[in-house]
Amino acid sequence: MDWEIVIGLETHAQLSTESKIFSGASTNFGALPNTQACEVDIALPGVLPVLNIGAVDRAIRFGIAVGAEVNRRSIFARKNYFYPDLPKGYQISQYEIPIVLGGQVNIRVGDSEKTVNLTRAHLEEDAGKSLHENFRDMTGIDLNRAGTPLLEIVTEPDMRSAQEAVEYAKTLHTLVRWIDICDGNMQEGSFRCDANVSVRPKGSTQLGTRREIKNLNSFRFLQRAIEFEAKWQIETLEDGGSITQATVLFDPETGETRQMRTKEDAHDYRYFPDPDLLPLEIDNDWLQRARATLPELPGARQARYQTDLGLSRQDASLLVASRETADYFDATLAALDPADDAGAAKLAANWINGELAAALNRAELELNQSPVSAQALAALLARVLDITLSSKLAREVFEGIWKGEGSVDEIIEKRGLRQISDSGQIEKIVVEVIAANSQQVADYQGGKQKAFNSLVGQVMKASKGKANPAQVNEILKQKLGNP
Amino acid sequence: MIESSLKELSRNLAEKEISSVELTRAYLDRIASRIATVNALITVDPDTSLAQAQAADERIARGEAQPLTGIPIAHKDLWCAKGWRTTCGSRMLENFVSPYDAHVIERFNNEGAVILGKTNMDEFAMGSSNENSYFGCARNPWNTDRVTGGSSGGSAAAVAAALAPAATGTDTGGSIRQPAALCGVSGLKPTYGRVSRYGMIAFASSLDQGGPMARNAEDLALLLDVMVGFDARDSTSLERPAEAFTRLLDEPLSGLRIGLPKEYFGEGMSTEVRSTVEAGLAEYRKLGATTVDIELPASDLSIAAYYVIAPAEASSNLSRYDGVRYGFRAEEYDDLLDMYCKTRSQGFGTEVKRRILIGTYVLSHGYYDAYYLKAQRIRRLIAQDFTKAFEHCDMIMSPTSPTTAFEIGAKTADPAQMYLSDIYTIAANLAGLPGMSIPCGFDAAGLPVGLQIIGNYFCEAKMLNVAHRYQQHTDWHLKRSPVASS
Repeated sequence: MDWEIVIGLETHAQLSTESKIFSGASTNFGALPNTQACEVDIALPGVLPVLNIGAVDRAIRFGIAVGAEVNRRSIFARKNYFYPDLPKGYQISQYEIPIVLGGQVNIRVGDSEKTVNLTRAHLEEDAGKSLHENFRDMTGIDLNRAGTPLLEIVTEPDMRSAQEAVEYAKTLHTLVRWIDICDGNMQEGSFRCDANVSVRPKGSTQLGTRREIKNLNSFRFLQRAIEFEAKWQIETLEDGGSITQATVLFDPETGETRQMRTKEDAHDYRYFPDPDLLPLEIDNDWLQRARATLPELPGARQARYQTDLGLSRQDASLLVASRETADYFDATLAALDPADDAGAAKLAANWINGELAAALNRAELELNQSPVSAQALAALLARVLDITLSSKLAREVFEGIWKGEGSVDEIIEKRGLRQISDSGQIEKIVVEVIAANSQQVADYQGGKQKAFNSLVGQVMKASKGKANPAQVNEILKQKLGNP
Repeated sequence: MIESSLKELSRNLAEKEISSVELTRAYLDRIASRIATVNALITVDPDTSLAQAQAADERIARGEAQPLTGIPIAHKDLWCAKGWRTTCGSRMLENFVSPYDAHVIERFNNEGAVILGKTNMDEFAMGSSNENSYFGCARNPWNTDRVTGGSSGGSAAAVAAALAPAATGTDTGGSIRQPAALCGVSGLKPTYGRVSRYGMIAFASSLDQGGPMARNAEDLALLLDVMVGFDARDSTSLERPAEAFTRLLDEPLSGLRIGLPKEYFGEGMSTEVRSTVEAGLAEYRKLGATTVDIELPASDLSIAAYYVIAPAEASSNLSRYDGVRYGFRAEEYDDLLDMYCKTRSQGFGTEVKRRILIGTYVLSHGYYDAYYLKAQRIRRLIAQDFTKAFEHCDMIMSPTSPTTAFEIGAKTADPAQMYLSDIYTIAANLAGLPGMSIPCGFDAAGLPVGLQIIGNYFCEAKMLNVAHRYQQHTDWHLKRSPVASS
């Protein structure tokens, strides 16, 4: 039987506020345990929550960015359960009426595009951490994370493969960083996914029973966990078994998913509106202010790059993979004159997606740590555009800038890399090369195109790579005549 | 001095006829010698109180006194006060010392008032007789075999026994007004949102409201001036223009329309309470007020709605007492679940556990709509009843409690009977309205009867005027309990 895999994702994006969602304590990561937990976070008797407006701003920005409806009135509810790292014995979340309803995220898998529909996104607080290691027969509790603001983003069961799920997660990851609501740091748990996975016979319209894989904090784990889980479910069903709704954990060591609890022992969370918090009311002004803080979104930016600048989809999508990259690209173009030159845009895109990306990758640096600024890159590309430098020489100059050897022109001078565009000088070399390679000349004139390329190579070599290749071609052809 | 009102004490302090240290010591001495009789306080800390009194005297000497600077005030033991043991009447918090001040405590401290001690109360404010206190019930200063009412029973008893010139309480379903009535003192529950709940240990968040308890309405006004104020740390705190609650005290009452809800004068009320309250109403007519019959048709639903909403919120509010971070933890347990079960079984008393169970039940999947949502709808009906009623009257009056103080132990076996003690007070909490109780006479056994005054939202100053004028013409509030006179 052919099977179809059905996946929905729930993503917890930690919102990048300075302080917690219901208290004034800091959200900084990595402090000593329990040093960033105030009286509200540890749930002393008598304390009360006060909503952090910064978290609401970020949720609104997200809602607008995914074309969702931002609820004018949403409700905070208490989700009641006991756990040692949940200080109040309930989590403040949104249940029946979340702040964001609907919305869409467009993804691309291979050559096809797909829209993933969002069900909702709601604000909630994170719990603390239970530390089971280092405490003999005991569990340590660190409440620094308790009360950290989260936006839980829930999709419809729209994805049909692990690859689609990963593409969605990556696109979402780009988006939340792009609109500056989440730092996206997956190692620190700022962006983590739960995957609801079920399978059904191809063609069936009914959803199969799902199992939820909890807390996947890398794209790689997300991929492997879904692949394993789907395979396990298909095998179970093909062997005549059945799937029980359950929560499972993915073990990266074994690559397997393991059942934590089934629906039977699921909690009754006894949700009810939190009487300590008023309904969250958002008026038009607030929406307008949030809208005004939104940058041009990745989709719009990519479309602009393709339509206005004539970039290929591939180039444009690489540039909008992060807001830093797109901003770097824009800054490079802005520093180039004329910036609207289609050649300039293409050249800048190639350099940023190619040479610069590779160099950063080798050095394990982020774009904002790049030793080559957008202005320096623009200065370099200006020398390519005015044919002072061939691309080969430009790469050498790039290396010089990277190493901090000075400005583009200084490096060109220092390394003697200026391209030879003096036709007299080139002609001299061409004549010498023709004289020294009579066999290739004869081959070329006998109709072998390859021999021509070889002669070009000889000229370039003789000029130490500095001769303008276009001029070399032209002069060679002139001297050799048509084959 | 023990007979003096806050206003008089304030003047005595300002004119240096007495020092705060002397005043505080006098009350501490009275507490020390009578605490066994009425059990009104859970914690006293003379050194801390006297140090505060000393600081108050210095402030008075500098000429920087506020009206309540140097006045000792007892606080219900659910207000968190830094450095003070704050038990909430529970074994669960028997040894909990608060590391922070409630907003109200902060305001009293800023005023320069002295914390005289922490008063006895029903555990987590759940009860109408103070019999649910882990620290033993407070006893009524008029007859120590009788209950004080609750849950602010210790505060009421402390004022009635003259162990404190004034006290704070909290009122979730009548917990200020009912004990005030049973102990013959004055008490006021403000409009919901007036007094910050920050640092006030929660019972039922949407109903809880702190307020003052004292000998008379004028003292309540002085206390309210300190207690009321916006607090950004309480999202339900209301931001309103500042007002002096004493400003209307002496207004005449001519033309005042008093609404008498027929539902509050029906069956279940003792005949002596009825006749005493009616005598009080007659006094108001003499003062120029008129009475008008009104209806509050949803009244018979208020107890039911209350005993769904309050336990629901309480079941969640009390989840934090889990033995993990502070407070009581069972000594022996096998694993985490066992630790939770034993800690909460041993740390909470019977009534608290009963309400946690009720609350957990009504919020459970499949029951939520039938109980919680329905109770919320009833709550809106009750609020609408009052809105309509206030179209026909300025104040609503009724007995505060259907009976005078009953004997200790009389109702402990029947919680439903106990819940009826709050039948006239609960609706004001459900509607968020301000309510107060003032003494209006005694029954044949010499036990005080309370007259309840319910005002419209934010009408506290007017209510205090209505109470004050009555107290200018009557002396019920001046009668001294046997313990006070001792």
